[in-house]
Amino acid sequence: MRTLADLVAERAPHTGMMLNMGPQHPSTHGVLRFIVCGDGEVMEQAIPVVGYLHRGIEKLAEMTPYGGFIPYTDRIDYLGSMFGNHAWCMAVEALAGIQVPRRAEYLRVIADELNRLASHLIAVGSMAMDIGAFTPFLHGIREREILNNLLESLCGSRLTFNYMRIGGVSRDLPPGFGANLDSFLSRFQPGFLDEFDRLIARNEILVKRCVHVATVSAARAMSLGFVGPNLRASAVDWDLRRDRPYSVYPELTFTVPIGRGFRGAVGDSYDRFVIRIEEMKQSVAILRQAMANLPEGPIQAEVPRRVRPPAGEVYSGVESARGELGLYMISDGTEKPSRAKIRTGSFSACAAIESLSRGCMVADLVVLIGSLDLLAPEIDR
Amino acid sequence: MTEAVHTALRGLFGDRISAPVTLGPSIHATFDPLITRELFTALRDREDLAFHHLSFVSGVDRGDAFEVVYGLDSYRRRDTLLLKARLDRQSPKIASIHDLYEGAGWHERETFDLFGIEFEGHPDLRRLLMPDDWEGFPLRKDYQEAASYHGIPTSRTARTDGRPA
Repeated sequence: MRTLADLVAERAPHTGMMLNMGPQHPSTHGVLRFIVCGDGEVMEQAIPVVGYLHRGIEKLAEMTPYGGFIPYTDRIDYLGSMFGNHAWCMAVEALAGIQVPRRAEYLRVIADELNRLASHLIAVGSMAMDIGAFTPFLHGIREREILNNLLESLCGSRLTFNYMRIGGVSRDLPPGFGANLDSFLSRFQPGFLDEFDRLIARNEILVKRCVHVATVSAARAMSLGFVGPNLRASAVDWDLRRDRPYSVYPELTFTVPIGRGFRGAVGDSYDRFVIRIEEMKQSVAILRQAMANLPEGPIQAEVPRRVRPPAGEVYSGVESARGELGLYMISDGTEKPSRAKIRTGSFSACAAIESLSRGCMVADLVVLIGSLDLLAPEIDR
Repeated sequence: MTEAVHTALRGLFGDRISAPVTLGPSIHATFDPLITRELFTALRDREDLAFHHLSFVSGVDRGDAFEVVYGLDSYRRRDTLLLKARLDRQSPKIASIHDLYEGAGWHERETFDLFGIEFEGHPDLRRLLMPDDWEGFPLRKDYQEAASYHGIPTSRTARTDGRPA
């Protein structure tokens, strides 16, 4: 069987230098490793080496009852646990034909969007930190702390939420949640985001580090399998919340920001950075509407203790902070799935580095990794 | 999968692609592995199909055979498509489409890694998630994990050095 050593032996005679980066490098967002082939400062290619965080989640799914697997889905993408919960529950509900109460759907949307804010804050903050600006990361973490408080008051956990259940959610809003969320949102947008814009997004040093770095055209983005913010930064107007609607998103008004070449070219690293800031503004709008429209009613459908969906299969996806989080699930009529394939955004984004890194400077590799918002556990699962 | 896509594919490939099959909430079609390259070229390039995004490639162990599953999206026509090919369990092989969809390469590597399905023509078919020297293909239903890997026990109860756990 072909190995990494074979690849290295093949490439070595034809490349000036091979440099190992990671798996513990601080800017590789988790445990991610690259073998950088190049001549001096210009890369011929950066070859990602993944698998250091492979926990075999898809195999575990085949051994775990549907309801019991929800805590594992927190760990697919630990910065966006809600999306893992949501994708899993949605797939099971589709297979079993379970109707989720409207209040639960609204609570799911509120949880998703809070989580999207928290995840995007880390994405833009850590990208700025990788480039060398430490302050933005702390600003992002400061706001995320309040989001974590909100989510903790909702589900008792700050990172791996385990909030959703098949057919609903585990808890209703705690007392005072609405007021706390309101006071956060009114400070966050326009206050915080405008300050972030002025301080960081329009900072000339950051702009110059990002514009025209690893520009991806719309056609290329589709061929590479990009999803979510990375896809939209390349001006492909596609968002599952609007284009393959699920939950109560059709009842909410929001726009889908796409890359316009804010300072450089459409689809460069700066577009991918700015698109996440724009998406946070939309999440704020969604949260305000969802809180205003929140209906009364039950938060959990009547579901058997052990769900046994009829034999069949489904592919369904949610728009996570890192793009389409899809589940291809096969039920054989028992209480455990016979196969669950998890399609994640970071997987295709990481694969793309193999070709996007060609001709980039070594120093720009961290810009590329940061702008794609890679998360190692989501690549490896 | 819309009716028009199915009709177009049947028109192009006749009996080598099945009529749409409904299994629970999802609809798919099964194609003859021999037409893989022609099929995906048509799916990508024909204006009436325009499936420009390959969402995922994965495998399923059906016991008597392997299935390779392809998920595709057309952002322009706002459509999705699920396709399958059945492969012989003894020597599972199918043509690679890494050059038709740039993102396919890694999905094929993962499917090779976890199911041992070979994608012919893939330029760099290595394991992706498992270590290079791992034995067996973990997502196969008949997979038996070795008791240890480089002296590290693979279960919580069994120790390889003879001492109690």
